[in-house]
Amino acid sequence: MTDVTASRPPVTRKAEDAGRYLVLLAVAAAVAIFLARDVVPSLTTYPDAAIIPFKDWIGAVMNWMKVNLTWFTRSLAAIMDVPLRFAFNLLAKGFKLGSGPEATVLPRLSWAGVVAVMGWLGYINGGWRLALLCGGGFFALALFGVWDNAMLTLALIVICVPFCVITGLLVGIWSYRSPRFNNWLITPALDLMQTIPTFAYLIPMLLLYGSSPVSALLATGLFATPPMVRATLLGLNKVPSEIQDFADMAGCTRRQKLWRVLIPSAKPSLMIGVNQVIMLALNMVIISSMIGAGGLGYDVLLALRALKIGQAMEAGLAIVIIAIVLDRLSQAIAHRQPAIAAREGTWARHGNLIIALGLLAVTTLLALVIPALADFPKSLTLTTAPWWKAGVDWLTLHLFDAIEALRVFVLLHFLNPMRAGFEALPWFGVLLVVVALGWRLGGWRLALLVAALGFFAAASGLWVPAMQTLYLAGAATLVACVIGIPLGVWSSRSDRVQSVVLPIIDTLQTIPMFCIIIPVVMLFRVGDVTALIATVAFAIVPAVRYTDHGLRQVPYQLVEAGQVAGCTRWQLFRHVQLPVAMPEILLGINQAILLALSMIIICAMVGTRDLGQEIFKALAKADSGRGIVAGLVIAFIGIIADRLISAWVNKRKMRSGMG
Amino acid sequence: MNNTASGAAPPRPVKLSCHGLWKVFGPNAAQFLAAHGGKVTSADLERAHMVGAVRNASIEVREGETFIIMGLSGSGKSTLVRCLSRLIEPTMGELTVDGQDLLTMTEAELIDIRRHKMGMVFQHFALLPHLNVLDNVAFPLMIQGVARKAREERAMQMIELVSLKGRERRFPAELSGGQQQRVGIARSLAVEPEIWFLDEPFSALDPLIRREMQAELIRLQNVLKKTIIFITHDFDEAIRLADRIAIMKDGEIIQIGRPEDLVSNPATDYVAKFTQDVNRARVLSAGGIMRQSSPAAASLRRVQAAQKVESFAAEIVESAQPFAVEDAAGRIVGEVMPRDVLDVLTGRGREPLRD
Repeated sequence: MTDVTASRPPVTRKAEDAGRYLVLLAVAAAVAIFLARDVVPSLTTYPDAAIIPFKDWIGAVMNWMKVNLTWFTRSLAAIMDVPLRFAFNLLAKGFKLGSGPEATVLPRLSWAGVVAVMGWLGYINGGWRLALLCGGGFFALALFGVWDNAMLTLALIVICVPFCVITGLLVGIWSYRSPRFNNWLITPALDLMQTIPTFAYLIPMLLLYGSSPVSALLATGLFATPPMVRATLLGLNKVPSEIQDFADMAGCTRRQKLWRVLIPSAKPSLMIGVNQVIMLALNMVIISSMIGAGGLGYDVLLALRALKIGQAMEAGLAIVIIAIVLDRLSQAIAHRQPAIAAREGTWARHGNLIIALGLLAVTTLLALVIPALADFPKSLTLTTAPWWKAGVDWLTLHLFDAIEALRVFVLLHFLNPMRAGFEALPWFGVLLVVVALGWRLGGWRLALLVAALGFFAAASGLWVPAMQTLYLAGAATLVACVIGIPLGVWSSRSDRVQSVVLPIIDTLQTIPMFCIIIPVVMLFRVGDVTALIATVAFAIVPAVRYTDHGLRQVPYQLVEAGQVAGCTRWQLFRHVQLPVAMPEILLGINQAILLALSMIIICAMVGTRDLGQEIFKALAKADSGRGIVAGLVIAFIGIIADRLISAWVNKRKMRSGMG
Repeated sequence: MNNTASGAAPPRPVKLSCHGLWKVFGPNAAQFLAAHGGKVTSADLERAHMVGAVRNASIEVREGETFIIMGLSGSGKSTLVRCLSRLIEPTMGELTVDGQDLLTMTEAELIDIRRHKMGMVFQHFALLPHLNVLDNVAFPLMIQGVARKAREERAMQMIELVSLKGRERRFPAELSGGQQQRVGIARSLAVEPEIWFLDEPFSALDPLIRREMQAELIRLQNVLKKTIIFITHDFDEAIRLADRIAIMKDGEIIQIGRPEDLVSNPATDYVAKFTQDVNRARVLSAGGIMRQSSPAAASLRRVQAAQKVESFAAEIVESAQPFAVEDAAGRIVGEVMPRDVLDVLTGRGREPLRD
């Protein structure tokens, strides 16, 4: 009864109509501008003379930082280097004491020990099945001969994740305590950080820290922290008010309330955050191989550049194995219920830790005597590369015509016309339509926001590449929805279908963006079609998942009411389930757009021509101004789409009284 | 625990009191109230787009009393109890505990008083999901810095008190609703509070479990003799447990009195509506329905003034004779007529309620 329901401003019919007319008017104006492109060319193509040199400004700032903040970046790099080097040595390289030929080398952890510990972790958190997955997965890394690089990647993750989690937790707590700080700084910053494409993070790091594991670590940290902040904020806000009241009534001090009551109560949400941090960090570590992260990502990169499909596939698979193992393991830890403690004492509390350390110590010591435990014997490793190559060769030999026909067909009849259409869009007309939509869906604030963001894209002189990005992302989202939504509908109507679809979707989501490209490149070579297919594979996940979830959470009373009213199955779907699930489905589309945008940029590696290529080139030349501006333009496109759709969803929910 | 406050016993000291307490939600609510000098009508509030969750509430709760705040959802009872414990900062008014002003206390003083004088039980239990029963009950002691052994010993006593022994290593999610609320009760009692706030403690439970828990509460209170402030929306529950009841509507307290007073003299139609379905024989006492005693009273059978009509109804109707009513000291104070008892039993003679 303490909640004060804000009185909703009554939406008059007149205002509603005015909004609709405004949008129609804006569309008409856009068409007019397009038709009159020869008369007012400056409204169609943004005039070069009016381009605002954002990239020079940003470049200047970055250069100033580079020159004047070296002492800071150097010392930060030196500090970060210590734990990183330790982890590298521990997992992959071994500790070298002294120098020259008489240096003693302390061995790294034995592969057998690491595999055993992963198995043990799996066992205590999820029983035999998880033990088999974790231990087996890591054993496969050794078996396929990618152990060294896999451990380099893992070392980066091991150092990065705690850093992200602690930073995210602290920032999350801070913004929970200070809503104003949260609204004005943190939320916008998080939105921006999560929509700026991954590549754009690499550029300033490259500039400031050079090509080194430390810059990779920092880029990864920046990219992977936002979900932890969000999870903390969400978790703390979700703690029931009664539990908060209890903490006060028990006489907790502020600190006790936070650390003894709120944080432990929010643990499930926090663990979801940790899981996301791990997955994003892995994703980013792979991409960071471009600026010196080394490890498996570097293998993929080299192999892709040389079009060595077999090797690329092998390294890619290793990444996927690590991704799946870490994902399932962290989820199992997150979902583990506290159980009745059988015994008291040190053993009960730290027994698992002691066993894990013991396993590592024993195997590593044994490795001193038994070399096979130190390095996985070369004679036993399998390489899958020739198989993949043979497979691809067979496919290209037998299916070349069919694949090529498909590729050409998609290119000629779908992608090329769409690209031409997008490239011809007049910038001012598009801006008008977007602003009108913003005004209709979210009032003048939203209109102002999208106007500013859209204008930035035009004024930065990147309008055409922006439209090219939009075209590919739009095409991919469209295809993802056309396939994904019906699939989601099907899966929501049958548990059997769901039990097949969801695991596939889960795995797709786990695969780092970088790796999805590999098999597609094998079949379709470089170009827009490859980018489209890889992006669809990535963006289809939310389309299916949200549709399925949205339809399944329609209250059964509503469905029963429909049945009692005598609806046919189709009527029930069309008039009851679909409208109720619509907000959720729209959110899925929103997510699909954001994922498509981020994936499209990665696809610059396979030769698209758009903003991604712009960033890619900037990365090669370490041209920070250019790369960051291009990154911001992509982020702004994402934010415009996100805000418009969210506003639409909220409006729908408000109207149906579910808001 | 009924009637412990009635009779001729000397009034016990006031434990907790508030006067002219307001909680108004809205921008600059304090200035708004101050400008109106604390005399604000519903219309004033509505015009200013404010919500008056608690309006001009004044109560005095005496030591050892079970004081019930009764109202339907949205009546402001939960806000009021949160103002009394200062979980919510009242907008205006006075609030004292043991004569100390609670509203001017610093955070440290407030923490101290909550640690030692107050306990609270919540509607949805508010157990910490990551701690087992024992640690939950010991939690208030832990944050005070009580050593592990001492606090676990005390917690075990409390767990035994609410008959949960043997389940102390379970986690809240492994317990039924009734068991969870027993944990909540044990936890709130662990610090030996003097004032015990219970915020709809049984509302989330099944009717059968609810009755069982009410009986349990009566049993506990007979042993513990705490000052209880109990929130409920269930009038039957209020009557069963209360020494006195305050009825709230739209943020205002519209009547405070013993269950019997509310039943026999409802202040408004709203109160009357609540009382109309009550089993009056169980609420009204001999003292409440007696008439002036006649000279013949000395020779009649006697009942105590505090005795409920239910307890002697069968006998008086059978004997068809008036009974004499005596007070706690044995003096005759009046007579009960069989006819009046029949009226109570059948509901005859009550004014029909206007709707």
